[in-house]
Amino acid sequence: MKSLEDLKKMREAALNKVQMREGGKDYRVVVGMATCGIAAGARPVLNRLVEETAAHDYNCVVTQTGCIGMCIYEPIVEVFGKDGEHTTYIHVDPDKAARILEEHVQKGHVIDEYTVDAAVNGGK
Amino acid sequence: MMPDLATHLLEIIQNSIAAGARRVSIRVLESKLTNTITMSIEDDGKGMNEETVRNVTNPFVTSRTTRRVGLGTSFLKGLTDACEGSLDIESEVGKGTKVTAEVRRDHIDLPPFGDFGEMIMICIQGAGDTDLVFEYGIDEERFLFDTAEVKTMLEGVSIAEPEILLWIRGYINEGIERVKEIGL
Repeated sequence: MKSLEDLKKMREAALNKVQMREGGKDYRVVVGMATCGIAAGARPVLNRLVEETAAHDYNCVVTQTGCIGMCIYEPIVEVFGKDGEHTTYIHVDPDKAARILEEHVQKGHVIDEYTVDAAVNGGK
Repeated sequence: MMPDLATHLLEIIQNSIAAGARRVSIRVLESKLTNTITMSIEDDGKGMNEETVRNVTNPFVTSRTTRRVGLGTSFLKGLTDACEGSLDIESEVGKGTKVTAEVRRDHIDLPPFGDFGEMIMICIQGAGDTDLVFEYGIDEERFLFDTAEVKTMLEGVSIAEPEILLWIRGYINEGIERVKEIGL
């Protein structure tokens, strides 16, 4: 059974990790969590992103945003790099979310087929 | 419509956070005695004027700027209408807002509870500095969770660290299960 005391141990572990990685995270992974995103399945996507980031200690911060006006493409996950470059992944499901972390955040490879550009230009 | 009660509440809590609340109290109280489930979200955000309160369940009334529909409270009204319940919204500009939804507990159209631990985890993740209090109960039995307590224990480590968020999800769901074991 969990108790609030557990947090003391977790605090130590979190502090160690922060010290190991100076200068913040390289990527910001942003999930659209407005009604449109949630209705399209953003909750399990966000959930999976948090789980995978915890499990693999990916070099990213997972955060949320509201509606960005592309509701038909939700669930949307945007990945922002350190130099301001930015990729918009659309129709993301939990498995795609895990792959985005593994390929993009871990290895630095954009997964072109999941991007909004592929849908617009590729005539999906 | 929303798939479960947790998602309904998520929408309303997001409104509270967007209204600049410093503290949001979420209560889900089941009563076997009165055969009701009462869900309330109370915040100390910027509040709404009387006219906005009157119109807030209208899907074409919203404060958002990206588009002209707002569905959170409209969906909640749909839920309480469908489940022989009631929706009450009290608000005062500069003070805050309290949304209370009551439904018949054994109503056939009542959606499942959903994952409250996950829902609160998601709210905390999106909440910034806003503190969240979550209370769940069946009759006299209670479970209480307060992010302010967690933050005290963490002494400066962010509550939004993924490991901490997942722990909170588990802690809340365990707490709910314990109440159900005793209360049901």
